Amino acid sequence: MHLILFIIFAVFCIAGAILVIVLRSPVASAISLIFVMCAIAGLFALVGALFVAALQVIVYAGAVMVLFLFVIMLLNIKEELITTDEKRLTRYLGSALGLAFVLEIAYFVRRGLAFGSSSLYLPVPKEFASIELISTGIFTKYLLAFEMTSILLLVAIVGAIMLARGKGRRDT
Amino acid sequence: MDILSLSLIVAKVVVIFAGLMLMVAYMTLFERRIVAFIQGRKGPNRVGPQGLLQPLADALKLLSKEDVTPAGANKIIFNLAPVITFVPALLTIAVVPVADNLILFGREISMVISDINIGILFILAIASLGVYGIILGGWSSNSKYPLLGSLRSSAQMVSYEVALGLALVGLLMVSGSFSLSEIVHQQSSILEWNIIKQPLGFVLFAICALAESNRIPFDLPEAEAELVGGYNTEFSGIKFAMFFMAEYANIIASSAVITTLYFGGWQGPILPPIVWFLIKVVFFLFGFVWVRATLPRFRYDQLMRFGWLVLLPLALLNILITGIVLVL
Repeated sequence: MHLILFIIFAVFCIAGAILVIVLRSPVASAISLIFVMCAIAGLFALVGALFVAALQVIVYAGAVMVLFLFVIMLLNIKEELITTDEKRLTRYLGSALGLAFVLEIAYFVRRGLAFGSSSLYLPVPKEFASIELISTGIFTKYLLAFEMTSILLLVAIVGAIMLARGKGRRDT
Repeated sequence: MDILSLSLIVAKVVVIFAGLMLMVAYMTLFERRIVAFIQGRKGPNRVGPQGLLQPLADALKLLSKEDVTPAGANKIIFNLAPVITFVPALLTIAVVPVADNLILFGREISMVISDINIGILFILAIASLGVYGIILGGWSSNSKYPLLGSLRSSAQMVSYEVALGLALVGLLMVSGSFSLSEIVHQQSSILEWNIIKQPLGFVLFAICALAESNRIPFDLPEAEAELVGGYNTEFSGIKFAMFFMAEYANIIASSAVITTLYFGGWQGPILPPIVWFLIKVVFFLFGFVWVRATLPRFRYDQLMRFGWLVLLPLALLNILITGIVLVL
């Protein structure tokens, strides 16, 4: 049962990710990305990390992608504006980097296999990524990093508002 | 997982979703009759006794209508949008416990499709997905009024989601659990209902739920006086019906969630739990319809100002007060 669901979500993930790149229309790409986000949430839920799955949907699918869609629609980006980059260099470099990334993942999966168990099905610890576990971590061990991230986000928000406002004032 | 528990899950899904769909169908009649009653009219009362067959007639009409796709519309997304709106609207009910655990043939059966321990987050996650169908529906129509309507609607839903989530934080602090079953079990007597502990939180949540459902007084997305019909202008036949069924399913889900979180869910004396649950849900459905029949529409700037400058600070204040009370 788990395996079937895993395959379904994984296929959704990979197919969606390919569609994000292949599709010409920016809106269609964004929709594919939403499907990828939801499929990833499904994968999280499969390993019992329901909390992370919910956050994945709320933050990425529910908030970030809505803003993406907003920007795409408001700017009304046309298909021809983002046709493939004709520069050879970027294309080859991109492919090389992509290949390197895949090899990297393969290496770490292989190392994980050599490390202990002989199968990819590692036992998931009980209470894995539960709310208690994550919040205890955030508010004790990683408190400094957590607070610094929130300040970083605050700075980004203030900066975005300043940029948007400054332009408006010059116009009036 | 044995066959019995699998078939049990399937049975629960079928029964609860069938019940929801039936309620969606009769919600249309209920709303029209109540609004007519409030406005001193008769409402639809011709098809069947007291108009009870009206939803069937409506369904037949909408199914047999011509399905028009505007020229220049993005066909795939145009067809997908009603589905994307409709599916999340149905999902919320999956985590709402409709009755107490039932002991049947020596087996304990929980009366909820999926009793996950992050039920409240699941509801928020589903609520945050509801906006896509509206954005995409408006955009793919390739028409200016739907586009304006969908932009308004998405701005509204994104804004009110923030206050919706924060209004629930106070409740979470009081109950200490994300699980809806757990929250219902905590409210065993009327004095322990969360409405007593979280009056402000309840008002904020109810207002935000109303705004999320895009109904009067928050129905800016379909303000017919300015926008013809909003994001669903270009849709006809069954696709139009799907947008409306999604709206009604959302209202029913909101009523069920309010009942569960603040009014003790299925808890109640004498009558069986499912009956209490339905009584409470119908009470809030009536409330939704009453508000619709009574209040005028907000202006768009009033709506955004209300969301960000009134509801959001009040939600934060609610969290502060709850925190102080809990510490004292």
